[in-house]
This record gives sequence, structure tokens and C-alpha cells, in this order.
Amino acid sequence: MSVFIIRRLMQSLLVVVIMSFLVFMAIYQIGDPTDLLVSPDAPQEEIERVKRDFGVDLPFHEQYFKFVGKALQGDLGNSFVMNDPALQLILQKMPATLELAFSALFLSIVLGIPLGVYAGLRHGTFSSKLIMSGSILGFSLPTFWVGLMMIMIFAVYLGWLPSTGRGETVEVLGIEVSFLTWDGLTHLFMPALNLALLKISLVIRLARAGVRETIHMDYIKFARAKGLAYRRVILLHLMKNIMIPIVTVIGLEFGGLIAFSVITETIFAWPGMGKLIIESILLLDRPMVVAYLMITVMMFIVINLLVDILYSILDPRVRLQDVKS
Amino acid sequence: MKPEATAEASAGGGIAPAPAAAKVQTPFQRFAADFLESRIAVVGLVITTIVVFIAIFAPLIAPTDPFDLAKVDVMDNLIAPGDKNFAGDFTYVLGTDGSGRDMLSAIFYGLRTSITVGVSSGLIALALGMSVGLAAAYFGGFVDTLIMRIVDIQLSFPAILIALVFMAVLGPGIDKTIMALIVAQWAYYARTVRGSALVERRKEYVEAATCLALSHRRIVFRHLLPNCLPPLIVVATVQTAHAISLEATLSFLGLGVPQTEPSLGMLIRNGFDYMHSHKYWITFFPGVALLVTIVGINLVGDQLRDILNPRLQK
Repeated sequence: MSVFIIRRLMQSLLVVVIMSFLVFMAIYQIGDPTDLLVSPDAPQEEIERVKRDFGVDLPFHEQYFKFVGKALQGDLGNSFVMNDPALQLILQKMPATLELAFSALFLSIVLGIPLGVYAGLRHGTFSSKLIMSGSILGFSLPTFWVGLMMIMIFAVYLGWLPSTGRGETVEVLGIEVSFLTWDGLTHLFMPALNLALLKISLVIRLARAGVRETIHMDYIKFARAKGLAYRRVILLHLMKNIMIPIVTVIGLEFGGLIAFSVITETIFAWPGMGKLIIESILLLDRPMVVAYLMITVMMFIVINLLVDILYSILDPRVRLQDVKS
Repeated sequence: MKPEATAEASAGGGIAPAPAAAKVQTPFQRFAADFLESRIAVVGLVITTIVVFIAIFAPLIAPTDPFDLAKVDVMDNLIAPGDKNFAGDFTYVLGTDGSGRDMLSAIFYGLRTSITVGVSSGLIALALGMSVGLAAAYFGGFVDTLIMRIVDIQLSFPAILIALVFMAVLGPGIDKTIMALIVAQWAYYARTVRGSALVERRKEYVEAATCLALSHRRIVFRHLLPNCLPPLIVVATVQTAHAISLEATLSFLGLGVPQTEPSLGMLIRNGFDYMHSHKYWITFFPGVALLVTIVGINLVGDQLRDILNPRLQK
């Protein structure tokens, strides 16, 4: 077991190193920020000075080693535009993004599982077909356009929900959250639902497939034959067995929610990391892009590592196979 | 994806010959009959054909040329769908945008850009992923481990994130969008091909070809590849729809195609600002075009998956 974890850790570390290099190398190709920040008419000395300040006058490898050395101390450079540490700027926006992602996760569970189980139990009926068509639409519709349509219908024409910002926030343990105020909740609902659409469809499919597979198992028949109530068999025996794949997939998809929040935040002007990164890309704010990518890559690697380890605990075949190869 | 190409694939694959009792059918006829069984798939095929037709012949069938500045009249801006132009001699069926361009024509041209980006990135990613996947499966060992590690690592990140990073690096442009989409997609193809090639490689015909001392290249491309095609075609259909959607998303974020050659995503982005002032049509109609395109291709893909899946063969 420990061999397995050590191997996985080493591998994750390697990925971090490779990614840091790739990200830095790639971002290094983005245009020179001095062209953007300093007027081209400025005196030559002024341009030189700005270049020195930003460290863009150094050769590529020196910039990279400087970057790695500082990164290890938690310093990912200062934003060119806002002049504050990039890491700090992004971490400030992180709670908003996490709130959105967790809300979307919550919605995909509370909407996806009941709908999927229902579609599985009532297989072939009209309502089941309706749910499945809905989930196919959820997969094929471009998320960003659905978000726009939601704004158009519920914010512009009906005026029921606000379409931009976080609304009123409350501070809990030093973190601003929206979901504890009514105003915040109304602001949160649309972006969260929009972000959740794809995952709801996914959970519906998984739950339905799980039910269709499990419902014919002997232990379900036995439980029914034993005289247990239908409700109890479904809620206890069936649910427990279909939850394993659903939980795994939801865990893995959490990273996806963070990535997709880039789009949702841009549409709903939700002040999170995703909106910040798009603005930074458009402004060629190099350190911000590097910092965002490093944080996201780290999050993905940690999530994947946790799921891998969890899986190897649940299913011994996984780690045996890995040690052999 | 054209069904003809698929038919050749199943012909090359030699899926179980038609039963003797049945009327003698060529593989293509059998394939076509299978495909036409599902009415909804036929609808998908018709939609896809129309969309591709519009994309190819956009300059011929569009009522106006939205990029000819001489013909676009700023007086005609923000006209609602169905209203006449300023001069009163032309009806804008889907209205006009902020600079007076006819939305219907803009959508036709936008489809052209979207389809071009989606299909070309899909095809190149297919070629790339296929070669890499075949190499991994055929040579095995270290090559396989290395390639599949890279594929695994890449697939653990969502495609949109990878495309986003590349667009951030490359900057906007049609060719750059295509490049970013290739990078974001090749791994799906590589994994699919490797999976089916690993199964096929163990079969007798490959062993026979090896005994005949045929070259690696010939075995891989003439024997192994045709038999790996069915699942690949399904993935290619679905991925093309996915690529079109990804491109629209990137362009919507302002990181995709340039303003001068707007794709559907770009048109939607342009309409976003007008949406709050109840000018819905600039965002709505390009979105509908995008939606219809994606759903059409997906319907075809779903049916292809059903008929090309050997486990479901009658």
C-alpha cells in the first residue's frame, strides 16, 4: 500500500514539474508586456527600466529558474496590471469560485440522482424518456449559450433573478459567502445551475444505468421476497450499490467544474478566479496566467491523487496491477 | 462524417457476412438499411447535410455579404427580425446586428467558419491520435507505456482548460484555434484506437500477416487499421460536434477566431451586449444554429454507435 502511494506521489510530483515548465514556457511566448503597459513614445531608458523591473530582459532559462525558486517560496510574481502578488489576487477570488463549484456539485447530486433513479425504475415510460432526452440535451447544448438564454428569460424578460455579481455576502470564518443571504442565493442560483447542467446529465445517466443493472440482482429480489417495503429496498439496498460509481465520478468531475467555471463566471460576471483569468489573458497579464494555471494544475493533481488512493483502498486489484507493471 | 466512409470501413472490417437466407446485400446497403431504421437518426443526417451544404455554399445562398462594407448600411443597425431595412426594399428575416449586418447572412458565414474549424481540427486530431494510438498498441512495451501515460495525464484535464491555455499562449486566429483544438482532442482518438488495436492485434489475421513477413507499415495500415475504424468513426462524429462547441466557447470568451471572420460563437458574443436591452435576436439565432448543428451531428453519432457496435450486431 505505501509503495503504491509513494509511486503515485512521485508521479504527481513529476507531473507538477513538467507542467510548471510547460506552463512557463508557453506563457513566455505571450507578447512582451512592456509594449502594452508603456507607451511606445516613452523614452528608451523608461522602457529599459520597466523591462528590468518585470525581469523580462533576462534570457529564458534564467527567468524560469528565478520563477521556480520563487514559486517554491509561494511567490508566483506580481500582476503586471494590478501590481499585487498574483497568488494573493487569485486566492482572494478562490472562495467565490469554490462556492459556485460546490453549489453546482450540490445541485447535480440533488437533481441528478432522484431523476436518474426514477428514469431507471420507470424504464420505458414517457416520463423516463423525457428525463433521458433532457440529459442528452444537457450533454449537447453548449453550456455558455444555455447560460445566456437563462439570463435572457429569467433576468431580462421575466426579471425574476439578477444576472450579475454575487449579491449580498456574509463573512463566515473570514470568507465571504453568498449562500447565507436571500439576495446572495438569488444571485447564486442561475450560475450554479448553469455550471451544473452537464454534471446533472452525467449523474442522471450514471444513476439510471446503475439502477437498471442492480434492479435485477438476486439480493434485490431476495429483499423484496423477504417482505421488505419497496421504498426501503430502493432507498437502502439499491442506493448503496449504485452510489460507488457516482461518488467516484463526482469526485473526478469536481476539477472539471473549476475549469468550466471560467465560462460561467464570465457570463454571469461572478467575481471568481475564472473571470479574473479571462481578463488577465486578454490583458496579457503573464504572471496571473502562470499563477492561475499552477494553482489549477495542483488542484487537479491533488484531486486525481486522492481519487486514485481512495480507489486502491476500495479495490485492491488497482494497486496490485500497478506494482506489477 | 459521411456514411459512405463508414460503409467502406465496415466492408474492410468484414463484419459477419449477411445470412444466406437474406437477400444478397452489399455491405454498404446493409449499413444504409441499418442506419435508416432509426427515424431520428435520419433527421440528424438531414440536418447535418443541410448545415454542411450551407457552410460550403454560404457566399452563394446568403442574401447579403455581411463582410462587404460597401453594402452594409449603418442606418440598418439593430433591426428586429422580419422588419424592412431603412430604404424599405429588403426584409431582414432574422434582423440585423449592431453594425447593420443581416443576421441570416452572418449566421451562414458563421456556420462556414465554425464547421471549417470543427471539421479540420477533428480530422487532423484524428490522423494524429490514430497514428500515435496504433503505434502504442502495435509496438507495446516502453513506447506504449510512455504514450499512454501522456494520454492519461492529458485526459485528466478537461479539454476546455487545455484549449484555453493554448489560446492564451497563441492568441486569437482561425489557424491557432484549430491548433488548440487538435491539442485538446488528439488524446481521445489515441486512446480509442489503442483500445481496439490491442484487441485486434491478437487475432489470427495479424499473426498470418506477420508470418508472411509483411512490413510493419503494411500490417499496421492495411490490416490493423481498417479493423479499428468502426469505434474511431463514432468517436470522430461525437468529437467533431464537441470541437464545434469548444470553438464557439473559446470565441465567446474572446479567445477564438478574430472579429473579421466571426464564427457562431463570436456572433453570440457580439449579441451578448445587446441582450440586456431586449435585443434578443443577435444572440438567439446564432445559438440556435449552433445548437441544431451539434444536435444533428450527435444524432448521427448515436445511431452510428448503435450499428457499428459489434456487441449489438444482429
